[in-house]
Amino acid sequence: MQDTITIADQYQEDFQDLCATLPEWSSEFRNEAMLIFKQIGLPVHRKGNEKWKYTSARPIAEPQYSLATFEEVDLDTIKKAAPWHDSWLNVVFVNGQYQGTFSSDTSPAIQVSNIASDDFPQDIVESIGGIMDYSDDGFAAWNSAFMSDGSIISVPDGENSGLVINLIFFNQGVPGTVNHPRVLVTSGKKSSVNVIENYVGGGEDNTLTNSVSEIYVGEGSTVNHYRLMSETDHTYDVGYGRVKIGTGGRFNSRAFFRGSGIGRYDLNVLVDGENASCDLQGLYFTSGNQHMDNFINIDHLKPHCQSNLFYKGILDGKSRAVFGGTVLVRKEAQKTDSIQSDKNLILSPDAEVDSKPALFIYADDVKCAHGATAGNIDADTVFYMRSRGVDLETASRLIIYGFAGEVIDKVEIEELRAYLEEAFLTSLPSHRFEF
Amino acid sequence: MADQKVISRQTGVEDSQYKWGFELDIESDVAPKGLNEDIVRFISAKKKEPEWLLEWRLKAFRHWTDQGDEAAPKWAQVNFEEIDFQDIIYYAAPKSGDDAPKSLDEVDPELLEAFDKLGIPLEEQKKLSGVAVDAVLDSVSVATTYQDMLKEAGVIFCPISEAVQKYPELVQKYLGSVVPYSDNFYATLNSAVFSDGSFCYVPPGVRCPIELMTYFRINVADSGQFERTLIIADEGSYVSYLEGCTAPMRKSHQLHAAVVELVALKDAEIKYSTLQNWYPGDKNGEGGVFNFVTKRGAARGENSKISWTQVETGSAITWKYPSVILQGDNSVGEFYSVALVNNYQQADTGTKMIHVGKNTKSTIIAKGISAGKAENTYRGQVSILPGADNARNFTQCDSLLIGDECGAHTVPYIEVRNPTAQMGHEATTSKVNDDQLFYLQQRGIDLEESNYMIINGFCRGIFKELPFEFAMEASQLLRVSLEGTVG
Amino acid sequence: MSKSDKLIEVKDLRVSVEETEILKGINLSIHEGEVHAIMGPNGSGKSTLANVIAGRPGYSVTGGDIVYKGQSLLEVEPEIRARSGIFLAFQYPVELPGVRTWQFLKSAIDAVRKENGEDELSVREFDQLLEEKRNLVEMDPDLVKRSVNEGFSGGEKKRNEILQLALLDPSLALLDETDSGLDIDALRIVSHGVNVFKSPEKSVLIVTHYQRILDYITPDFVHVLVDGRIVRSGDSKLALELEEKGYEWVRESVGEEVNS
Repeated sequence: MQDTITIADQYQEDFQDLCATLPEWSSEFRNEAMLIFKQIGLPVHRKGNEKWKYTSARPIAEPQYSLATFEEVDLDTIKKAAPWHDSWLNVVFVNGQYQGTFSSDTSPAIQVSNIASDDFPQDIVESIGGIMDYSDDGFAAWNSAFMSDGSIISVPDGENSGLVINLIFFNQGVPGTVNHPRVLVTSGKKSSVNVIENYVGGGEDNTLTNSVSEIYVGEGSTVNHYRLMSETDHTYDVGYGRVKIGTGGRFNSRAFFRGSGIGRYDLNVLVDGENASCDLQGLYFTSGNQHMDNFINIDHLKPHCQSNLFYKGILDGKSRAVFGGTVLVRKEAQKTDSIQSDKNLILSPDAEVDSKPALFIYADDVKCAHGATAGNIDADTVFYMRSRGVDLETASRLIIYGFAGEVIDKVEIEELRAYLEEAFLTSLPSHRFEF
Repeated sequence: MADQKVISRQTGVEDSQYKWGFELDIESDVAPKGLNEDIVRFISAKKKEPEWLLEWRLKAFRHWTDQGDEAAPKWAQVNFEEIDFQDIIYYAAPKSGDDAPKSLDEVDPELLEAFDKLGIPLEEQKKLSGVAVDAVLDSVSVATTYQDMLKEAGVIFCPISEAVQKYPELVQKYLGSVVPYSDNFYATLNSAVFSDGSFCYVPPGVRCPIELMTYFRINVADSGQFERTLIIADEGSYVSYLEGCTAPMRKSHQLHAAVVELVALKDAEIKYSTLQNWYPGDKNGEGGVFNFVTKRGAARGENSKISWTQVETGSAITWKYPSVILQGDNSVGEFYSVALVNNYQQADTGTKMIHVGKNTKSTIIAKGISAGKAENTYRGQVSILPGADNARNFTQCDSLLIGDECGAHTVPYIEVRNPTAQMGHEATTSKVNDDQLFYLQQRGIDLEESNYMIINGFCRGIFKELPFEFAMEASQLLRVSLEGTVG
Repeated sequence: MSKSDKLIEVKDLRVSVEETEILKGINLSIHEGEVHAIMGPNGSGKSTLANVIAGRPGYSVTGGDIVYKGQSLLEVEPEIRARSGIFLAFQYPVELPGVRTWQFLKSAIDAVRKENGEDELSVREFDQLLEEKRNLVEMDPDLVKRSVNEGFSGGEKKRNEILQLALLDPSLALLDETDSGLDIDALRIVSHGVNVFKSPEKSVLIVTHYQRILDYITPDFVHVLVDGRIVRSGDSKLALELEEKGYEWVRESVGEEVNS
């Protein structure tokens, strides 16, 4: 933990400066988080640390970062970096700072507030940090101490207008900077909402995006959550998603990872009400020297719930992808129906995938299954297509597109799906397969 | 003799569940408790070991001391109080002379009777047909049957302490070559203090004419058992090896930290089967064996094959991952496992398949059964290294829960570094289905028997990998271990 | 026919599943040698009746009684009922992965024999018996080597049920929709098996939606079950009448009776 102790002095100063500018309500919370952050540091030690078994946090932890500040940028640059539609409620953050001029007016239906203000109901304050337990996680503690701007989205009971809230966290890539985006979503009874989180940008030098999102899925409500990560290879991106689903609630997550030097998404879903369900699907494509780690936990606490965890990866170059999926079914969670699967297509002899789809079961009347596959494009399939006159390159591309398309096709927001097809599929390789 | 039971037997001891829990009345030669360099030297001297082996033990001991108790693995899904390694007896031997007996005539008759009671008759006229048995009591091998037949075939099967004397070059060449002394905490401990175990060498082209078996028994209170087994199948040879284990019922825990090394050279095949039935502790989780074992095979030569089959019903805690390093091109590794835990037992078991050579193939089929308040974890690693072109793995893990106070866990680690690999992992968790139970009951079969039939069916794919006699035994063990889990 | 002994008597039987009453007071007597058919539309409770007699868990008997060979069955475990001669041919025979058919059948037959104070069959005796009965239902010899019902076709599963009927030779055979999903050849084979089983000492209760099977196995009595009650009983002609006019006819005519 030496690394973090030496840099903590600088961070302590930054912290004090920051606290002076932020509303009073958050100071107790921040101070506590800062204390923990200083105590535990960042998880650079891997021996015996199952959470960080296949990803070294050391390259992320070693540089000393200063807090990112806003620099001039035009809206078109941002629009090019992330999906955008004028019918959506677009909220733009640049280097972690809220940009009102780029953002849509607040919708009358759903209140979207900035976390660095105090124009939201006091009960919301209780929810911040309510499900993000940072007691053993330095990155999350760091975010909790330093969070400034971010979105608080509260969906009223019965709200069903189908509004799409598009949060864009644009990182300008100012060398040696860190930003700590924070999101809170609470959905009221029988409501539904669509939230897209975009982590995009980056530069030619090391920057770190360290985000935390907390999502409370209310009774009988549905939250459709999309997460896009597409940053330069010099960006480190560590993100936390913490979700708690109430009785009869549904949480649908679609996560797409196209880039960052080292990326990690730690998603933890508490299925905490009867008849609740979650459907977590993801697609990661890594190339060059990229490293992507999806670390996902589903915790079944109540009976009669369902979960589906379905991730797919395509690996090229010298990249490495890590999938750590855990489904925990507690004693009370009888009649749980859970499926977990991680499928990988490895396109390069230098790529590596490490997959750990684990199951921990304490209830006897459950249906739980998991599976994982890794391998190249199926030679028989290619041959079948070629025998019908399709050339090798087209055949390969069709197979890769088909593999990725299985996740993209499930995106229900049409404009977003179109964006992903364009931005994601066209970036996929379609070459060099020798059979 | 053909229907002679190998392991399970009625003994008259009053315990319906664990029928091997009696203490043998054997006088023993015991080292003082605790571990230090003197104890290591004492063990080595007792065995009249050559200098190189003592040096190797001492290296292991120093490594073990240097790394400290913190080096004990903590990642396994098991909980237990810390072991006081100074409160263990590291050497205990039946008092029938310092050396292992040269022939059965020299074996203490009381000892023969004792093994008879365990169901392992060693005398010529009673011995198990078709199985050569090496009986290991506490730290020492007491007898090996069928020596003549083995000698004729050129197969060496003897206590490893004897092999050190008679075939030092073979032992020196292979000992620690698969599991180095620095491998892990318990393997390091074993390397320092290992007492005895079996040694087997099958010369080129020889198909071992009979099954080889080692029967392990912990008897002395507070003693640990640290046996070391080394099996070498030279080019084009075949051997099938079985091991069975029991221990007396005791209130305190006993440590068993064995190391097994297998080496299969070109075109050779080793089939290694285990029925592990160490004392599991009582209904309240008191006592029982801590079974922390390192088993690994090197499929070193082209077309070699190593197959592990294990039926694990005993021990308070099981920590073992019989593994295969698939070094030779076209080599094959297999792991078939049934792990059943009941009451307060905990098992964290599985395998590692490390694919190094081209066209290597591994199969993992693991069945876990949890009952009572027990915890059962399958932990398995499949690594496909960059050079392992066209490697194939298939893994299937099925768990069965009986009751809602137990746990069944599956933790696979899949590491693929070669795009031509094909690997698939499947796992399911279920319980004995009420409809299945009713169907059997409707045909007149009682609940307990119905439950047993379904679970035996669940395990059938594994049992069929065992030699016939062992398969019968495995079914019996399963039945005994399942007693009282339904109704 | 009524001179023979009463084998089973169902008295004002009321059965619920999770608070919902399925059977609302059933009265039915079957004497030795009789063949009864229970017909009714889907959801009328006819399968429930057969399953409750066999003792399937999950049903609660809230009233009435089932008396078999002079004794109440309600507190009796299913395997004891089976050993005392009650056989249920399942509508959906259960698959038992890894449990060999051969082993299963021998365990079942030995359980019954033990109950009757007889010795277990030797392997040879059992094989002879199995061979004889297997021919009766024209079952593929390979199937008895496989896991029970696993990967069997619908027809093979039903034939396996009749094979078990022939082997276990019970006093009362409950056939729960045994005809459903069978083609005409399989129906003929299955019916033949049941007809061979029939004797002056043996009784059969056929639960069916269609009249079709009754062309092959002639019932002495036909009962129509609607909404948990037997609304009409008659001889085999009733089945034909039902086939012709449909269940709506019974419903309507019952409605009339209730209203008048």
